[in-house]
Amino acid sequence: MLRNWRVLLGGGLLLALAIAAVFAPVLAPYDPLDQDLAAQLVPPDWQFFNAAAHALGTDSLGRDVLSRLIWGSRVALTVALVAGALTALAGTALGLAAGFFGGWLDALISRLVDVWSSFPPVLLSIILVALIGTGLWSVVVAIVVIDWTRFCRVVRAETLKQRGMDYVDAAVVAGLAPRAILWREVVPNVLPLVLVLLTLEMGIAVVVEAILSFVGLSISSDAPSWGGMIAEGRTIVHEAPWVLVGAMAVLLATVLGFNLLGDGLKAELDPVLR
Amino acid sequence: MLARRILLRLLQAVPTLIGVAVLVFVLVRVVPGDPVAMMIPPGASPDDVRRLHALYGLDRSIPAQFALWAEQAVTGNFGISITTRQSVTGLILGRLPATLELVALATLIAVVLGVALAVLGTRRAGRAGEVAVDAFAGFALAVPDFLWGLAFIVGFGVLLPLLPISGRADPTQAIAASSGFILIESLARLRFAAAGDVLAHMLMPATALALPLAAMIARVLKASLAEQMGQDYALLARVKGFSPLHVIVAEALRNAAIPTVSLTGVQVTFLVGGTVLIERIFSYPGIGNLAIDAVINRDLPLIQGLIITFAVLFILINLALDLSYAALDPRLRRG
Repeated sequence: MLRNWRVLLGGGLLLALAIAAVFAPVLAPYDPLDQDLAAQLVPPDWQFFNAAAHALGTDSLGRDVLSRLIWGSRVALTVALVAGALTALAGTALGLAAGFFGGWLDALISRLVDVWSSFPPVLLSIILVALIGTGLWSVVVAIVVIDWTRFCRVVRAETLKQRGMDYVDAAVVAGLAPRAILWREVVPNVLPLVLVLLTLEMGIAVVVEAILSFVGLSISSDAPSWGGMIAEGRTIVHEAPWVLVGAMAVLLATVLGFNLLGDGLKAELDPVLR
Repeated sequence: MLARRILLRLLQAVPTLIGVAVLVFVLVRVVPGDPVAMMIPPGASPDDVRRLHALYGLDRSIPAQFALWAEQAVTGNFGISITTRQSVTGLILGRLPATLELVALATLIAVVLGVALAVLGTRRAGRAGEVAVDAFAGFALAVPDFLWGLAFIVGFGVLLPLLPISGRADPTQAIAASSGFILIESLARLRFAAAGDVLAHMLMPATALALPLAAMIARVLKASLAEQMGQDYALLARVKGFSPLHVIVAEALRNAAIPTVSLTGVQVTFLVGGTVLIERIFSYPGIGNLAIDAVINRDLPLIQGLIITFAVLFILINLALDLSYAALDPRLRRG
């Protein structure tokens, strides 16, 4: 699996992100909230042996951009993990139920998926957060409520396929209870697919959080988040383009990291494609 | 026949709209928080607050509020915006043309670019050209339109300052447009300087919106084209001596179009949703930007009016899609 360049590159980018998030207090040269009004809009100054130089410049309040980017990775990673996991859980559970039990339950869930996914997700997330209030946890709720359909649709189709397989028939003949068939035969075969979707979903979650921070509907604008930095960088793009460019670059690297890893895993976990 | 079909579809949309209206109305009111809190000046007495609630009808029950709202809404009156105290209908209609022009231009760019890429990829099948088209489509899809917009701002607005990064038209240039459709009107009146200025403002946001859709069109259309090029009629045309490009464009394209059209319909609704963010990034004065302000200020009448507006747009896009199926496939014309 590690011979796949997509897995390696995507995994490498995400490993860097995880290290930045976990070791933020050690890695960041400055306090991300520290304002230095004597050093506003300082351009990037890269000195290898001098961490006190602002390697990626400062913003309009004199806060160190590099330190804010490093601390901002915590927000991104938190949302990716929590929202990704919860979305996967909700969507997979509903998809398994619909595909395995069929009947009216399947009809109901499938109809819900159709209606749900016909709305534009960005618009829906903004409206949702407007209704339930701003903040990081509202963002997580919005992501779960909107994106569960991505898992549900795929898992349902895969469950239907698995249920029609000979080994499931064999299990039925062998006298296994439906619930045992679901857990022992179907779930393990659906899991690789869920893993791929989860990887892609985490990338989406990071973007959605950045978008809602950019709009001002996520965490407070003081706290370091990439979306908030993008919003600030956008307003001072002529005076200090490095704020916008820095935040965009880490967001892009993260999105590409999740996408590459997801594509790589898909190729590796699918015996037909391999 | 066609008119009847359109009318029937519009009638079918009415229950959907009522459903959306009820849902939004109830949701907006059951969430905690006082919608007029922002308008209350410090030191206001409880009496003043009550009067303010009465002014906006917030002291009545939810069904009563809805009845009042619906009664006005059917006459085109969606109430008064809480933050700006202007008519919601007026605010939305003032901004709507800007968004419609942006969506139209973005869709045009997406279709032209997507079809061109698909044709190029089919023409160069199995060679470097196809690989390049696939790689571009993959990258354009992986990067969200949000980041495309920002990248354009940095690239063509700051580093290489070719295009304006905010607004819809240069304020110093007097644009004497009498309608909100500045681009269409300037073109129709042959004011090319004004049209050029508006286009320059729209080019980056429209392209950012268009890129993911263009990539998707390129992918789906290329797959359908590959299938069509293997059909007997395409081989026959080749044998007759027509050039590959002629066969792709004149013969296969029309037959390959239906899956792409059905995909484009759904994606255009997503594109309309994407304007919310892209308009924000480019400070473009459309309904998307208005929607974000409305949400931040919790301006309930405006939020409701905007959601209904978006719902109407989605219904109209789907109607246009249905009609274009019939135009493409004669078998669907009866029905």
